[in-house]
Amino acid sequence: MLKVAKRLAVIDIDKCVDCQCCMYACSRKFGDGGLYKAAIHVRSVGGFERGFTVIVCRACQDPPCAAVCPTKALIPRKGGGVLLIAHKCIGCRNCVHACPIGAVFWDSELHKPLICTHCGYCVDYCPYGVIGIEEV
Amino acid sequence: MKYLDRVLYIDLSKKTYWVERRDDLFDKWLGGVGVATALYKEEVPKGIDPMDPKKNVIIFAVGPLTGYYPMASKTVAVFKSPLTGNWGESHAGGRSALAIRLAGYGAIVIRGASNIPIYITITKDKVYFRDARALWGVRSTITVGRIIRENEPGTGMRSIIRIGIAGEKLIRYATAVTETYRNFGRLGLGCVMGAKKLKAIVIIGERIKLPVKNKREYREIYNEIFKMATQTPLMKKYHELGTSLNVIPLNKLGALPVRNLQKTSYKEAEYLSGEYLAKNYLGRRVACSHCPVACVHIAIWREKYEEDPYFYKTNFTAYDYEPIYSTGTLLEIKNPVGMLKIIEKLNRYGLDTISTGVILSWATEASERGLITEKETLIKLEFGNWENYLKAIDYIIEQPNDFYRALAIGLNYAVNKYGGDEFALVFAGSEMPGYHTGPAAHLGFLLGSRHSHLDMAGYSFDQKHIGEEIPPEDTIDALMREEAWRQILSSLVICFFARKIYTPEMVSKALKPLGIEMSEEELEKLGWEIYFNKYALKIREGFDIDKLKLPKRIFETPTPRGKISPEFMQKAIKYFKEGLSPYNCCFVYTPYIFASFGLISSLCLLASSLRQFKQDSISMISQRIS
Repeated sequence: MLKVAKRLAVIDIDKCVDCQCCMYACSRKFGDGGLYKAAIHVRSVGGFERGFTVIVCRACQDPPCAAVCPTKALIPRKGGGVLLIAHKCIGCRNCVHACPIGAVFWDSELHKPLICTHCGYCVDYCPYGVIGIEEV
Repeated sequence: MKYLDRVLYIDLSKKTYWVERRDDLFDKWLGGVGVATALYKEEVPKGIDPMDPKKNVIIFAVGPLTGYYPMASKTVAVFKSPLTGNWGESHAGGRSALAIRLAGYGAIVIRGASNIPIYITITKDKVYFRDARALWGVRSTITVGRIIRENEPGTGMRSIIRIGIAGEKLIRYATAVTETYRNFGRLGLGCVMGAKKLKAIVIIGERIKLPVKNKREYREIYNEIFKMATQTPLMKKYHELGTSLNVIPLNKLGALPVRNLQKTSYKEAEYLSGEYLAKNYLGRRVACSHCPVACVHIAIWREKYEEDPYFYKTNFTAYDYEPIYSTGTLLEIKNPVGMLKIIEKLNRYGLDTISTGVILSWATEASERGLITEKETLIKLEFGNWENYLKAIDYIIEQPNDFYRALAIGLNYAVNKYGGDEFALVFAGSEMPGYHTGPAAHLGFLLGSRHSHLDMAGYSFDQKHIGEEIPPEDTIDALMREEAWRQILSSLVICFFARKIYTPEMVSKALKPLGIEMSEEELEKLGWEIYFNKYALKIREGFDIDKLKLPKRIFETPTPRGKISPEFMQKAIKYFKEGLSPYNCCFVYTPYIFASFGLISSLCLLASSLRQFKQDSISMISQRIS
């Protein structure tokens, strides 16, 4: 059977309460506390009353982050987005600047980009159905 | 614990800062209020004037669970209260706790006063002192937030704690507002900031790693807690209607303070209820950082400009049970929008909703009784008239005469000047929270270490024991036990709404994978120590249980547990005092005796007090703990 490609998607941003549990989940998947590995970000759009925005890789079919990588460390992923081949990455941050939605985060421990791999771990920690996994 | 033991010291007078490793404090007192109490003892000399900005100190602290587990989202602020002249402690959520923790600090100590208005920006490595002269005089906390938001980086990871005009005008119950809708609300932190010429404190967190010792165990316990918070009924009420859910049950029960507590229910309370507000005005629910519950309820209503047809503005304000009580039911408001406008205005100016509501309520009854006239009040204060209350709030800010100058100092002061103490709902200098459930609630307001209903949870004790005769001693034992445990919650720092999830067993379990091994018994014992440590400081600052007064009004208006008996209260207070006295000797006097008479005398005193401590208290405390 062919494996269907999936991606993380923002389903209904108006349900977001800014609890940021998705951010903590994303980081916690790697074992420790804090936000050292979070590849997703939630912030207000300018005052809590006006609502929030979830910033995360939207699985571009033709990802600009991969296009600007000088060492081909970011390779397009099936279903959109990219995968990082860490040993090729020289930490130049071109990808960070190339992403127009700001979804390339930075791992200051490893000095490499943090980009959502669309694993869906965070989805289980969003109690309001703001984010979900959808088939591409 | 990594980062937690870093205490950031800031001196506003010299515009300097430094970080000290204080694992001594965090190892002993966990964090939060435990550590803040110890820091207060170091920082604040006995008997200082809380209005002296150079001597008063602001301490913020978070705890070992912050950044690891959900609902550990509160920050404890400690200072000397300009309202009561004693211990000042106020908690707030928003993003404050996570911002402090992820900026790499466990506590922040702010000393001294600036010569010009400033705001400070705190990051992991640096503190920036920013010129706030252009912000001084900006009345609205919302505007201050908007300006600073544009100036500073870190959106989503930062907290902007600021004052409005109330703090600048040194109103003793001014709040520090954070994330627009959360408040360090009680006992005047905003006033202390205003005196220091500190308009705002920006704290910017970073994406740091908080190490875990046992990763598998950590994740399992996290999941257990998260599941309890989101998939069981434990947190449902906070999530759905929020604390305003209490209005209808308390109104039915006859425990809702109405018309300055002349009554305990009224028909129109329904229009101020969580159900009614949700149906008609709820626009958005918001959470504190790392809390899935989202108890913050924001009302939205449209307002028309009279002079301009088809021109409207949209207003926002957060509502909770406590402001509904103080600015709604207590003032016998019948129009929900009227109440929302009062809450909005108070939040905008940065005034404590509870204190202001209770003060206006007293002023209204004092007007009715002729103790004061319109010469003092300048407008007619009458229950239900929210338009005039809105004007009165402006007068509290502007202080056009002696009367409003008195109101700006607090109810205790106003009563001393104008009389009416029998119906002034003030407990040890702090205005009353919203529960007339029975004797336990009022004992909590009077004896709780920070005079909040959240200290001893008397409101909850009363509601559990309607129709039962509980002796004063047993009542006090139960209330003190609750307060002792709450010291642990506020040292971790866990939101009290999650107290049914974070039981002693769960807390002990949750700390373990982080590398902190503490049994339930050890935690509970530490809770008592923090409690008594804090109380010793209160007594050092002049808190005198013998001089405490209860307003007559609470004895006149029946509660769901019947009329409160003065004899019951006296016995309870006496018993409470006995429970504390051995500790007074140990904690308070010994250092002074040591300083004056040296080691031998103080050892003698310690020995004698410990003997008494042993006889009277060990058994009592151990009974309480068990």
